[in-house]
Amino acid sequence: MINIQNVHKSFGDLEVLKGINLDVKKGEVLSIIGGSGSGKSTLLYCINAIENIQQGNIIVDGIDVHHKDTNQDKLRQKLGMVFQQWNSFPHLTVLENAALAPRIVSGLSKDEAISIAEKELIHVGLGDKFDVYPTKMSGGQQQRLAIARALSMRPDYMLFDEITSALDPELVGEVLDTLRILREDGMTMITVTHEIAFAREVSDHVAFFHQGVIEEMGTPDEVITNPKKETTQKFLSKVLT
Amino acid sequence: MGSLFTPLSWNDTGFILTGILNTVTISVVAIVVGSILGLIVGFIRSESNKYTNALLGSILDVLRSVPLIIQLILFSTFIGILGYNMNPFVTGSIVLSLYTMAFMSEVFRGGFDSVHGSMEIASRSLGMTYWQTVRYVRFPISLRAIFPSWLGVALSVIKDSALVSVIGYMELLRTSEQLISRTQQPLEILIGVGIFYFVISYPLSLYGKYVERKMAV
Repeated sequence: MINIQNVHKSFGDLEVLKGINLDVKKGEVLSIIGGSGSGKSTLLYCINAIENIQQGNIIVDGIDVHHKDTNQDKLRQKLGMVFQQWNSFPHLTVLENAALAPRIVSGLSKDEAISIAEKELIHVGLGDKFDVYPTKMSGGQQQRLAIARALSMRPDYMLFDEITSALDPELVGEVLDTLRILREDGMTMITVTHEIAFAREVSDHVAFFHQGVIEEMGTPDEVITNPKKETTQKFLSKVLT
Repeated sequence: MGSLFTPLSWNDTGFILTGILNTVTISVVAIVVGSILGLIVGFIRSESNKYTNALLGSILDVLRSVPLIIQLILFSTFIGILGYNMNPFVTGSIVLSLYTMAFMSEVFRGGFDSVHGSMEIASRSLGMTYWQTVRYVRFPISLRAIFPSWLGVALSVIKDSALVSVIGYMELLRTSEQLISRTQQPLEILIGVGIFYFVISYPLSLYGKYVERKMAV
C-alpha cells in the first residue's frame, strides 16, 4: 500500500505540492489528471524518491521513502516507473535492455534474468524483437519496451508519468493496450495521464490535481462523469472537446 | 679515412627502426595515460559544481593554450634547474601525456554530459545505484558516441610526438635529423618520415570516419 500524508514539495520558492493526502491499496489503479504545472508528475517523482520532499510522509509497504535510513535504491526495485521519454538503452538489444537490471540489481544469473526479460517482453507484445536495437523501433514499441524493462524487476507497484504524451497519435493505442493488460493482471498502478477516456475506463479512483492540491478525488464516475467542483468541470470541458 | 659524409645505406635500417619504435612507444604511452587521466578528469568535471569546474578548467586551459614545444622545453629546463637528471623519454612522456589529458578530458566530458538527466533517472528508477548507472549505462553509451573525437585527438598526439625531439628523445624525427647531418640527403629522408606518419594516420582517420558514419545511421 502506498500512503501519502500531507506531502509538501517546493522547487526553490515555488511550492508545487501543497499538502497531498492519498492512499493506493494493493491491486488498485489510481489515475491523476490535471493541467500542466499542477504537480501531478512531481508527486510520482517523490514517491520514487527521485525528488525529495520538504514536509509530510510517503509510506510504501510500511517503509518511509524519505527517511534518511531508507535504502532508496532497494526501495525503487518495488516501484517500477515509466516516463514520458522512453529512455531505451541504445547500446543494448531489446532483450538486454530488459535483462540488465534483473542481473545487476537483483543479482540473478544471466539465464534467469534473460528468461524473466523474455517473458515480460512477450507479455507486452515484443516477442519478435529480442535481438533488435531499440533505436530501430517506433516510439510505441520503445515505450512498451520501457514497460517490460520495469516489469522485469518484478515491482509491486507501477508508476506511469504521461507515458503516451510524447507519442504520435497512432501509437498511443498500443501502449494503452499494454496498460489494460497490466490492469487485468491486477498490477497496482498510479498513472499520470491526459487520456481522460482511458482514465475513466481503467481506474478505480481518479484524482484531479489543481495548483498543487487535490481538488477532487473519487471514482471515475464521480470525478470525470459528474464533477462537482467548477475547476474540475472547466478542466474537463477543455480536454474533452 | 673516407669522406666526412656517407650516403644512406641498408645499415641504417636498425637506427631508423629504433626511431619508429620510439615514436610509437611514446605516442602509445601518451594516448593511454592521457586517455585514462582524461576520462577521470572529464568525469569529475561532468559531475562537479561550477567552482570545481572553473578551477580544473583553468588548469586545462593553460595546458591546451601553451604550445607543446614550449611546454616541453620549459618542463625539461625546470627539471634540470631542480637538479634532476631525467631521461628524455620520461620527461617527454609526462609532458605529452598531460597535454593529451587536457584535450581528452574535454572529449570525455562532452560525452558524459550527453548521457545525463532522463537516461540517468530512468536507470535509477530500475533500482540501479549511482555507480551501476555510470558503469552499465552512462559510460558505454558516451564512450561509443565520443569514439570519433577520441580518435581525432589520438591521431594528433602521434603527430605531435615529433616535437619531443627538441628535448633529445630519439624518436623518428630526431633519428632522421641525425641521418640527414651524416648523409646530407634531407629530401629522401624527410619524405620517408612523412610517408611513415601518413601510413599510420590516414587509415586510422578513415576508420574513424567509417565508425562515425555507421553510428549516424
